Amino acid sequence: MLGIEDKGVVAAYLLCIFSAGLCVIYGLLNWNRGDEPVEPDDVKWVAEEKKVEEKF
Amino acid sequence: MLAQSVGLLDIIVVLAYLLLVMYLGVVGYLRTKSATDYLIAGRQTHPFVMAMSYGATFISTSAIVGFGGVAGLFGMSVLWLTVCNIFVGIFIAFVFLAPRARRMGHHLDAHTFPELLARRYESRFIQIFAGAIIFLFIPLYAAAVLIGGSVFVATSFGISYETALLVFSVIIAAYVVVGGLKGVMYSDALQGSIMFVGMFALLIFCYVKLGGITEAHEKLTALAPLVPGKLQAIGHRGWTAMPAFGWGDVKYNLWWMVISTITLGVGIGVLAQPQLVVRFMTVRSKRELNRATLIGGVFIIVMTGVAFTVGALSNAYFADHGAELSGRVVKTLDEGKGLAVLQIMKPDEQGVWRDVPEKTAPVKLSGNGGSQPGADGQTVAIQKGRSISVVYAGGSADEIIPTYITSAMPKWFGLLFLLTLLSAAMSTLSSQFHTVGTSIGRDVYEQVTGQHGSSANITRVGIIIGIVYAVVISFYARESTFIARATAVFFGLCASAFLPAFLGGLYWKRMTRAGAIWSMFVGFLVTTLWLVFIKDKEASTIGLCSKLFGKTSLLLDKPNWSEVDPLIVALPISILAAVIVSLVTTPPSREHIKKCFE
Repeated sequence: MLGIEDKGVVAAYLLCIFSAGLCVIYGLLNWNRGDEPVEPDDVKWVAEEKKVEEKF
Repeated sequence: MLAQSVGLLDIIVVLAYLLLVMYLGVVGYLRTKSATDYLIAGRQTHPFVMAMSYGATFISTSAIVGFGGVAGLFGMSVLWLTVCNIFVGIFIAFVFLAPRARRMGHHLDAHTFPELLARRYESRFIQIFAGAIIFLFIPLYAAAVLIGGSVFVATSFGISYETALLVFSVIIAAYVVVGGLKGVMYSDALQGSIMFVGMFALLIFCYVKLGGITEAHEKLTALAPLVPGKLQAIGHRGWTAMPAFGWGDVKYNLWWMVISTITLGVGIGVLAQPQLVVRFMTVRSKRELNRATLIGGVFIIVMTGVAFTVGALSNAYFADHGAELSGRVVKTLDEGKGLAVLQIMKPDEQGVWRDVPEKTAPVKLSGNGGSQPGADGQTVAIQKGRSISVVYAGGSADEIIPTYITSAMPKWFGLLFLLTLLSAAMSTLSSQFHTVGTSIGRDVYEQVTGQHGSSANITRVGIIIGIVYAVVISFYARESTFIARATAVFFGLCASAFLPAFLGGLYWKRMTRAGAIWSMFVGFLVTTLWLVFIKDKEASTIGLCSKLFGKTSLLLDKPNWSEVDPLIVALPISILAAVIVSLVTTPPSREHIKKCFE
C-alpha cells in the first residue's frame, strides 16, 4: 500500500494519520466545552507563579 | 550547496533573525501579559499559542535532527514513535492528564513537577529527590538539543562542529540572560508556526523530487540490499520494513532498539517530563486544553512524521542524486537493480588509482569510470555509484538530516530551515534551563534549607552550571546516534522514576507517600543500574562495567537483553513497588485527599 510492503510500517503510517485525526475530531467536538470559573485557588496560584517567574 | 555559497548576507540574515527573536522576547515580556495574567483576567491564552508553545518546547532539534537521523539510518519503523508522540504525548496527555494535573496543581499551589508530587504525598523528601534527579539529568537532554543545533549550523556554514557549538552556546546564554526564560508564549507561537511551514514544505519537496508518494516509497524499498552488512546482521531489512522480530539472537537486536528504546522509552516518557507537566497548570480551563489537542495533534504529526519520513527517504534521494563515488566493485548485491559494494578508490598524483583504506560503500551504480591505471601496472575497472545517507553524512546518523537539507534543498530553503530548527532548539532549551533553575532553587535548595523564596541566586548559579554541564557533554559526545540515545535515557528515566507516582497521584486515592517514594527510588535505581551494567550502548560509553567485569554488558552473551531499554524492566518494577507499598502502608488522611481531588 502506498508503495510500502511491510505491514508493520504501513500500520505505523496509518496510525499516525488516525491519531492526528482523533485529536482533530476531539478538538472540534469539544471546542467550546470545558470552560470553568476562576476559583480562589487559581488566583493564589497565579500570585505565587509570578513570584517564581521573577527569579528568572 | 549551501556550505559553499554561504556569504556575508546569509550570516547577516541569521543574526538579524536571532536578534528579532530576542527583541520579541524582551518586548513581549514587558508589554504582553503572560498566560497566568490571562488566567486571572478571565481571558484565555489563545489555544493556538498554548499548543504551539507546548509543541515548540516538546519538539526540538532532538526530534528533527536526532530522531530524523535515526530514521535515516534505520528506516520508517521509527514512525511508531510518531504514533506515540501524537496518541500519548498529545491525546492522552491533554485529554486525561492535563486537566487533573492542572486542578491538583492549583489546589496544592504547586509550581514545579517535584512540588506537585511532594504536596500530593506530603513529603519534602520527594521534592528534594525528584528535584535532584532532574537537575542532574536534564542537562543530558539539553546536550542532545545543543548538539543537533550545532551539527546543523556546522554543516550549513562549513565550519567546525566545535566552533558552531561555541557560537550556539553563547547565543543561548545571551537569550537566557536577556530574559528568554520568562515563558514568552508569543515568541514561541511564532517559532512554532515557522517550524510548521518549514516541515510541510520539506515533505512536499521530498516527495516531488522522488516522483510522488508511492514512487518514492517504491524507490526506497528497492534499495533494501544496500543496507550495510553490520545493520543487516542485527535485523535491518530495509528502510520501508520493520526490523526482524524475535528473541534470543543478535539478529533481532534492531527491533528491540527501535521499539523498546526509541518508541516506548521516549513515547511513554513524555508523560512524566517535568518541563511539560508545569505547562498544564498555566491554562485557564479544560476548554483551552480541548482546543490545544486539535492544534497539538496536527503540529506533532507534521513535525515528527515529516522528519522521520524524510529522514528515511533521504536514502532514496542520495541513491539517485548524491555525489558520485568512484571505485571498484568488490561485491554485487543485486545485479538487476545495479546495486553493489564499491571499494572507494582515488587517483594519486601520478594518476594511479589506489584503494582508500577502510572505505567501502554500498552504491547504486551510475556509470562506468573506464579502465584506469592501477597499482603494480595493472588496470582497474572503475565504476561510479551513488550511496546511502549515512555514507554522505560521514558515518554519523546525527548528520543525516543536515546533510540532506544542505544537499537537496535550494539555498534559501536551507537557510529558512536552519532558522526554524534553531527556533525549535531555543524554545526547548529555554524550558529545560528554566527547569534546571527551579529544580535546584525551589525544589532542592528551598526545601533543604527551609527558606522559601530565597533561592534567586542559587537558581541563577544553577542555570549557569546546567548550561556549562550541557555544553561540556556536547563537546565530547560525538557518537553517531548520541542525540536520540541521550534523549531516550532522560525520557526513560523520568518515566520509570516519576510516572507511577504521577499517575497514581492523579488517579489513585489510596496511593501513599511511602508507595510514591519507593516507586521513585526503585525506578531510578533499576534504570541507573541497567544503563551502567546491561544496556550495551550506554554501558560501553560509561565504561564502568568494562573496567569491573571486562565486558561492556553483563548480558552481552544473552541476546537480546543488552538491547532492551531500561524502561521495560524498571517501569513495571516501579509500578509494582508503588502498588504493594501503598497497600501495606497507612493511607493519606481524608481531608488531604479531599483537598487534592476537589
